[in-house]
Amino acid sequence: MQNRFPLWKNVLIVLVLLIGLIYALPNLFGEDPAVQISPQRGAAVDESLVVRVGKILREAQIPLKTIERQEGRLLIRFPNTDAQLKAADLLRERLGDDYVVALNLAPSTPGWLQALGAKPMYLGLDLRGGVHFLLEVDMDAAIDQALERYQSDIRATLRENKIRYLGVRREGRAVALKFRSREDLDRAQAVLEKNFRQLVIKPDAEALQLTAQLSQAEEKEIRQFALKQNLTTLRNRVNELGVAEPVIQQQGENRIVVQLPGVQDTTRAKEILGATATLEFRLVDTEHDVEAALQGHPPIGAKLYRTRDGRPVLLKRQVIVTGDQIVDASSGFDQQSGTPAVFVTLDSVGAKRMAKVTRENIGKPMAVVFIENRVETKKVDGKTVKVRKRVEEVINIATIRGRFSKRFQITGLDSTEEARNLALLLRAGALAAPIDIVEERTVGPSLGKDNIERGFLSVIVGFTLVLAFMAWYYKLFGLVADVALFFNLVLLIAILSLLQATLTMPGITGIVLTVGMAVDANVLIFERIKEELRGGNSPQASIYSGYEKAFATIFDANITTLIAALVLFSFGTGPIKGFAVTLSIGIMTSMFTAILVTRMLINWIYGGRRVAKLAI
Amino acid sequence: MAAHLSERNFDFMGKRRIALTLSTLLILISLGSLIFQGLKLGLDFTGGTLVEVGYDRPVDLAKVRHLLAGHGFEEAAVQHFGSSREILIRLPATPDLSSADLSNRIMEVLRSDPEARPQLRRVEFVGPQVGEELTEKGGLAMLFALFGILIYVAWRFEYRFALGSIIALVHDVVITLGFFSITRLEFDLTVLAAILAVIGYSLNDTIVVFDRIRENFRRLRRGTPEEIINVSINQTLSRTLITSLTTLLVLIALLVLGGEIIRNFAIALTLGVVVGTYSSIYVASASLLLLKVQREDLLLPEKPESDADLL
Repeated sequence: MQNRFPLWKNVLIVLVLLIGLIYALPNLFGEDPAVQISPQRGAAVDESLVVRVGKILREAQIPLKTIERQEGRLLIRFPNTDAQLKAADLLRERLGDDYVVALNLAPSTPGWLQALGAKPMYLGLDLRGGVHFLLEVDMDAAIDQALERYQSDIRATLRENKIRYLGVRREGRAVALKFRSREDLDRAQAVLEKNFRQLVIKPDAEALQLTAQLSQAEEKEIRQFALKQNLTTLRNRVNELGVAEPVIQQQGENRIVVQLPGVQDTTRAKEILGATATLEFRLVDTEHDVEAALQGHPPIGAKLYRTRDGRPVLLKRQVIVTGDQIVDASSGFDQQSGTPAVFVTLDSVGAKRMAKVTRENIGKPMAVVFIENRVETKKVDGKTVKVRKRVEEVINIATIRGRFSKRFQITGLDSTEEARNLALLLRAGALAAPIDIVEERTVGPSLGKDNIERGFLSVIVGFTLVLAFMAWYYKLFGLVADVALFFNLVLLIAILSLLQATLTMPGITGIVLTVGMAVDANVLIFERIKEELRGGNSPQASIYSGYEKAFATIFDANITTLIAALVLFSFGTGPIKGFAVTLSIGIMTSMFTAILVTRMLINWIYGGRRVAKLAI
Repeated sequence: MAAHLSERNFDFMGKRRIALTLSTLLILISLGSLIFQGLKLGLDFTGGTLVEVGYDRPVDLAKVRHLLAGHGFEEAAVQHFGSSREILIRLPATPDLSSADLSNRIMEVLRSDPEARPQLRRVEFVGPQVGEELTEKGGLAMLFALFGILIYVAWRFEYRFALGSIIALVHDVVITLGFFSITRLEFDLTVLAAILAVIGYSLNDTIVVFDRIRENFRRLRRGTPEEIINVSINQTLSRTLITSLTTLLVLIALLVLGGEIIRNFAIALTLGVVVGTYSSIYVASASLLLLKVQREDLLLPEKPESDADLL
């Protein structure tokens, strides 16, 4: 009944508070505007690059703070955003295609804190500005494509095994095969079951028909593959957009979250993320008349296309090379004419075909068809339906000037910008399935700044009001609760920083709410102590049993709030998650500070001596 | 001032008829409004496009509307947001107007005015499907939270207490939703988060009162359930009011200083805290009496329930 903590307990609590202070500190130092340079395609980040960058900036008389070499990238800090933007433009121009130059905000944490692994919280998009996209992979299309492939494989297999069939058609989500005789059907079934273990083959002897469906495992496999391929492609594309610290994550079974901090030009980002483009190289049909095709009688073996400026052109149906045979594509300038160009590299299969066709057709025109798939959402009879739009246009017709092999170039593009975008789309590869932007949230830099200031101000004001009230109402005990409340905030921020959690506006509201509710535990304890005093107990005994009795109540009340917070968390879309994270951590830190820290302080003040009266 | 609070002895339960009438009335009005006009669901749930634009000087709405209508955006709703220099443009999710490109086109149109220098502050685009899913998810989250709490309280206290706290919770949520339905304030994701936080808060309050009721049932040898509940509420009253007050202090700071984006969130929470405080005093405890809670129910957890009416 001495109201004294053993030494180890005091030491432990003080230690926790000190560690909390240290890890919360980095958040006070703010951030430097910075430019981040990362290498592309095997370029190196070495000392010579540091010297080169330093020289470029010195000559342009742009002030800078430091140039740091970090693992695989260069970080240049600037005194203000003006210098940062100027430097970024200049470096982009001077370093060319070998490096990606991106704007970044680099935390200016002092060295001794960095050595301890202390980092500030990461600011969310709504506080720093940037874009958040939610993309959806069109799984129906992915499964469709897979079925197409199986259909042609089945035909080929039946031919190889000399099994006669009447027809192989698609019927919804299955491939239907018709036969002339029972014998053929049985043979086909045996062959297909041996060769296509991923398919479920069902015979219908009456109708002399087999249906082949994707097995569940195969369907799952296709979905996962489509998603994985899209993730990889998006990562490549985003890397080339030149964004510092992008986030690209899977969400659920068919969605991908892309977050691009600091990106202002969302138009370009959308075009690059949302479109799936591929190329086809086809020979131009020079034998037939375009006019006849325009009347609706295209010749056999040819198809009518239009160029970008709307002129009709006939191309041969046979595709020479498709986009997925393209290994690499980069933009630059044609050596002879100086016009924008795209340099294309093919894989061995593509190169072989290209070599054969170009050798046979020297002097003839070849066209590059650019195919873009877009998905538009429409509502039909109150139901949301997706419509896939396929836009095909001839972007370039060039005369074959010699035998192409693995590498060749395409010229005749409108601008460097277009050349760059086209190269980018090609390099990232053809997507397995079209993707569609289903959600976008963009926050401009001015709003981000406003949000931070407002959030900060409301935390400070709310906090001060609560502190003042507690000190006035509970006197000395109130001051003790205030100290605990301060440390509660410190610990909360320290834990969020250690977890490298992203601080968002809803997160800040969570902090504000935590501050308001954190005093609750102390109010419960102090009211109990008052009650005990009124009941005629001695001050020391009142403190003891006040803490003792309040504990169970605090525990129960907080657990239920924690349940609500966890449900919020599992519900887990962005803003709600941020709010839930801060709320849950806040509940735990406030339990620690309100019960243990206040008790320690009160023990220091009153413990182990005769007390006549409590200032409560 | 507050020192008197704890020595007072309000007859809360004697007034429970009045409280019950008031609560029933509020709930009926809320439900009526929710059924007949529903909530004004925000973009998060309905899908659509929203663009917030900042100018360097006050901007004339009529001019912007005219400009947008001239470029085929007759559907656009334009309003000032926060100050006369910021505007908010909303486009509903219509069948042929649902793509992430809309915001780009709107900015192009606004930039075509040679005198204005618009600056993009915020874009929110939500596809119709995402919205549909969210509505479903939100409802589910609410149910899960209620269910989890029900189980925990039933295990820690007794099933009547669990029912009582859920009744109080539903009461708070319905009235807060009703308020949003009547005032036509927009119900978006942040408001949903606020409602779930209200659930947590209201529960916290209720549990503290229930805790005391349980303690007094076990400690006091005399008194009807009604008297015991009254004593318990009086004992916890100062705590209930002080905690609500400190929470309201920070919420008012948020309301006044937090800006437009979290205004509705702050309104929902403020209302929730006020209603939650009232319900933890009247609704939750009165439900215990309605459910005929007895001292025997709490003496020993493993004792079978007795339906004997000792009143």
